[in-house]
Amino acid sequence: MAKAKTNTEDYLRMYAQMVRIRTFEDNANQLYLSAKMPGLTHMYSGEEAVAVGICEALTDDDRITSTHRGHGHCVAKGAEFREMFCELLGKEEGYCRGKGGSMHIADQSHGNLGANAIVGGSMGIATGSALRAKLQGSDDVTVCFFGDGATAQGLWYEVMNMAALWNLPVIYACENNGYSEYTRTEEIAAGSITARAEAFGIEAHQVDGQDVLAVNELTQKLVTRARKGEGPFFIELMTYRYHGHHVGDINREYYRSKDEEKDWKENRDPIVRFRSWLVAEGIASEAEIEAMNAEIETDAREAVAYAEAAAYPDVSEVDMHVYAD
Amino acid sequence: MREITLSQAVNEAIAEEMRRDPTVFLMGEDVAEAGTPFKVLSGLVEEFGTERVLDTPISEPGFVGMAVGAAMTGARPIVDLMFGDFIYLVMDQLCNQAAKQHYMSGGKLTVPMVLRTNMGATRRSAAQHSQSLQALVAHIPGLKVAMPSSAYEAKGLMKTAIRDNNPVVIFEDKLMYQDKAPVPEEEYLIPFGEAHIKRAGSDITLIATSSMVQVAETAAEMLGREGIGAEVIDPRTIVPLDEAALLESVRKTSRAIVIDEGHQSYGVTAEIASRLNEKAFYHLDAPVLRMGAMDVPVPFSPALEDITVPTPEGVVENARKLCAGEMIHAA
Repeated sequence: MAKAKTNTEDYLRMYAQMVRIRTFEDNANQLYLSAKMPGLTHMYSGEEAVAVGICEALTDDDRITSTHRGHGHCVAKGAEFREMFCELLGKEEGYCRGKGGSMHIADQSHGNLGANAIVGGSMGIATGSALRAKLQGSDDVTVCFFGDGATAQGLWYEVMNMAALWNLPVIYACENNGYSEYTRTEEIAAGSITARAEAFGIEAHQVDGQDVLAVNELTQKLVTRARKGEGPFFIELMTYRYHGHHVGDINREYYRSKDEEKDWKENRDPIVRFRSWLVAEGIASEAEIEAMNAEIETDAREAVAYAEAAAYPDVSEVDMHVYAD
Repeated sequence: MREITLSQAVNEAIAEEMRRDPTVFLMGEDVAEAGTPFKVLSGLVEEFGTERVLDTPISEPGFVGMAVGAAMTGARPIVDLMFGDFIYLVMDQLCNQAAKQHYMSGGKLTVPMVLRTNMGATRRSAAQHSQSLQALVAHIPGLKVAMPSSAYEAKGLMKTAIRDNNPVVIFEDKLMYQDKAPVPEEEYLIPFGEAHIKRAGSDITLIATSSMVQVAETAAEMLGREGIGAEVIDPRTIVPLDEAALLESVRKTSRAIVIDEGHQSYGVTAEIASRLNEKAFYHLDAPVLRMGAMDVPVPFSPALEDITVPTPEGVVENARKLCAGEMIHAA
């Protein structure tokens, strides 16, 4: 695996963040399956190295925009389980007081400008955040997460053009998980995705999205350069979504085989790979890793219990926050 | 008092706010050296430079989306949408993104941006450069909508819009850019949600927006010569709407015509008329009438275009019938 962060503490935090995402999603899926969660949600499981590799290269001042499959970005950018589960269950103590839900979690305090339920809908927002940074002489960088499906949206080409014209500090991070909802990416994307960014004169990279250190190493370099005005950049992260398009997409053999899913889970899992590396390098023992996993499990279980018991917003809140004062 | 054009009033408002607040900037197609096709923004780039007066490619969803992101992170963008008709191009960014961020985030995110655009037919610009689409925007919770009826309102409302912490859409009537009105030299703001009684009268209330205020005032003059006292009220902002002022007037006159240049069906006139019916029913001596643009795409030929929009003569005719107690739609 590629090397990026050189500090043991950083490696362990990256590992913990990936496990936190997987654990969060496992619990969210259970809430859905046991009919405790209103609506539905989109699982990030399998893509953890993307969110963590990128967000570990950012500070709280750096912004991200997220997607409908956004729990991973939210956790990786520093969010807490409690407020996240409360939001998923529509409770008052959720990040958005229960008004946003899974598809709209935003966490201002860590620079997460929010998940977006319109595919590609936040590409303008991310690029505008970068424009603001440039106009105000601020050195923060904005990362725009989106999936391969969103590369079919015209908005991306409009904002990439402006980002390139004005050298904006934005990194477009395309999580290519192979599927645009229920359709294989090659059926919706002609030609090469990286070539599309390159057509605007944007430096484009493709990276193994299951290798957290490779993702982190590349992102650190690009963030440093973006801070100096050398942006924008494009990264295509090759990854895989373990669940269906959403939690209810269970019978999916009509668009992908169980063998394919098994292969990614058994041979390319980002957490298993990183864990083996940590042990091999002597950074953590199996026992230490098991203890970390157990602690995260307990945290998640407690947060779920807290959220289940938490109060719904008072009905008087329904017409609050339509307009700001 | 000095008189300036509506165009100059908008320009002054933006310049004053850009001097006052360094986070305010302008972006849009040909806003810098060209100063827009209507020359409303001429001279701003000389004072504020190309960083704060930013020419964009012809990518309306792109630059409106960017304004949303800039606004969410600490800037106050003013986006110029060259023609109101282009609102259809930016609906997702305006209605799904800008309008909902504050609510969806439980009040944590704000989008203090202004989208200035225009409206108004009879400029011989045909169906895709002549529409008045304020009703579409006013339908979406989270957006505010201002409709200045003169240079005075244009300046005061623009300054308020720039300081507002919500997305505000301002529709300027493109045929009024050269119209002059008295505008004070000293600073003033016009609060949102405060209607202005342009002319007092006791027989009928004419509620009119934007250039329709002139139509209503002309009609009121004509009606006055016939002994009918028409009160003309300009809501100035349709979101928020000064419902109390409209109701007070209608309770006094007991008759009302609502005039707006958007299409009549499902429009601004329908909304206001409906509220008057719901809240002043027992004060009414006649049905509240709507006068909007005809429900047709705006035609090019002057012979056709001119009959699609409300005119003073049409208002007078309807007012006369209402005051005579004729149920004009009875047949």
